[in-house]
Amino acid sequence: MTIYIVKRVLLALITLVLVSLIIFVAAEVLPGNIGRTILGHFATNAQVQAINVKLGLNRPVLERYWDWITSFIRGRWGSSYSLQVPVFGLVMRRFLNSIILGAFALVLIVPVSVGLGVVAALRRNHFTDRAITLVGMSMLALPEFVTGVLALIVLSIQFHWFPVSSVVPSANPVSIVRNLFLPALPEMVLIFGYVSRMARAGTVEVLESNYVRTAVLKGLPRSRVLFRHALRNSLLPTITVIAVQAGYLVGSLVVVETIFNYPGIGNLIYTAALSHDQPVLQAAVFLVALVYTVTNLTADLAYAALNPRVRLG
Amino acid sequence: MAQTLDTTAPQPSNDLTALQTRGGRFREVMAELFHSPAFVVGFVVFVFWVVDAIFWQSIAPQSPQAIHPFLTLKPPSTSHWFGTDWLGRDVFARVLGGSTSILEIAPLATLLGILGGTAVGLVTGFYGGAVDTLTMRLVDAFLAFPLIIIAVLVLSLLGSSEITVIVLIGVIFTPVVSRTVRSVVLVERDKEYVAAARLRGENGPYIMVFEILPNITSAIIVEATVRVGYAIFTAATLSFLSLGIQPPSPDWGLTIAEGRTYLSFAPWVVIFPALALATLVVSINLIVESVQRVVNS
Repeated sequence: MTIYIVKRVLLALITLVLVSLIIFVAAEVLPGNIGRTILGHFATNAQVQAINVKLGLNRPVLERYWDWITSFIRGRWGSSYSLQVPVFGLVMRRFLNSIILGAFALVLIVPVSVGLGVVAALRRNHFTDRAITLVGMSMLALPEFVTGVLALIVLSIQFHWFPVSSVVPSANPVSIVRNLFLPALPEMVLIFGYVSRMARAGTVEVLESNYVRTAVLKGLPRSRVLFRHALRNSLLPTITVIAVQAGYLVGSLVVVETIFNYPGIGNLIYTAALSHDQPVLQAAVFLVALVYTVTNLTADLAYAALNPRVRLG
Repeated sequence: MAQTLDTTAPQPSNDLTALQTRGGRFREVMAELFHSPAFVVGFVVFVFWVVDAIFWQSIAPQSPQAIHPFLTLKPPSTSHWFGTDWLGRDVFARVLGGSTSILEIAPLATLLGILGGTAVGLVTGFYGGAVDTLTMRLVDAFLAFPLIIIAVLVLSLLGSSEITVIVLIGVIFTPVVSRTVRSVVLVERDKEYVAAARLRGENGPYIMVFEILPNITSAIIVEATVRVGYAIFTAATLSFLSLGIQPPSPDWGLTIAEGRTYLSFAPWVVIFPALALATLVVSINLIVESVQRVVNS
């Protein structure tokens, strides 16, 4: 197990180094002249040169990369070009808001998705299964902005149940639901699609296995077979999917937070990208990748801890 | 290696029979697909939008760009089935004209991603070794951020046009596709027909292209259908974030983004393109799902 953990952590570290390289290349090398990108077509060459010098963009690429990555690790993320505030505090605050939103979506939808996925597996090929599978599949295909905008029209403009623009809620449960339900909805729709399908597939596979047949044949009650024998194994792959989805949530946050004006990290990435705010953009994107890699790592380790075949193999 | 070859020597050469069964298998798959209601529904809706994307100019009641300053934001009526937008343009005409951009971008981006991914996957899977390890690490790193974030990052810096969006989605798809292709190549690589080709003295590129590739086409086709769905999803989202197709195109994602301002008093400007997009993506998912089920069974 120790060897497996060490190996897995090392791989994650290598991945992160490559990720930082990709971000750096995409944000600082690919666009060519950043000063020109920031100032636009009408600035003179002298102005462009001046801003490049001011931002330290005239130094060699490798030196800039090394500078960026070392100060990122030490928590010195610089200050935002457009907002003139320290990047660290800004990104962290927005990130926390996004976690609140994402956690709300996950807590609400994961039990439902797993439950319905298992129900579909139990009623395999019956009408219930077909209905759940078909709905889940259709939901999987819908872009967040389509569900978001349609939900906005129906639930907040037609019925006035929710505000059109969401803010970070206070601790009051009414405020939490009022502000978070609508922006969480498009994500719940997507998560439902993936998780219910995984839960169904996992359960179907286990229900066909020999040991479940043995349990049934030796006369155990159905509920005992299901909860004590089948589900323990069948939900393993679902854990991985939930972790991966938690990482991908951040991607859909870009869209959802833009629709609902929610002050999260997705919205921050989008506005920073449009205003060419490199320090904010690079830090926020790297943080997202970091979180994604760590959730994946955790999922793999949890999977290994629960499944001896992985950790010994 | 030699031993396994000896024991399987009496088997017929795979060339002719493989071709025959491949043609037969294709017809079998199609017949089975058209017996599935989910596939038929998806197929009909999808074909409707493709036909619309090509012939919308002869179907639409007026030009999607025709501006009528005195008819702005009118609700649906008999003269304007889906109402009019903030410039008095006919929403019905714009919905019909809005499928073209996305149905141009998605297949081209997919094609690019499939070509790139197949090339990378074949080479890394077939040769293995250090190049394979390194490439797969890079693929992992690439997949460590949500695709839409890479797209936002790059498009905000490079500026957006239809070509940029196509190339970007194609490039983003390449690592994803390469991973799928690599995994099937790894299985094929150890089969006897590859060993036989090696013994005949064929070189690596020949074996990859003429021996392995024909045997992994079904996996590639399934991957391509999955990718088309994602390409539409991504392209529409980019349009919505105003990083894709630019105004005054009747593109659905773009129209939804622009129409958001009028949401509270003219929801029809947004509802109809949203529903159109929803039917398109769901139809593609129905097709993908059925193809996967039938091919894998």
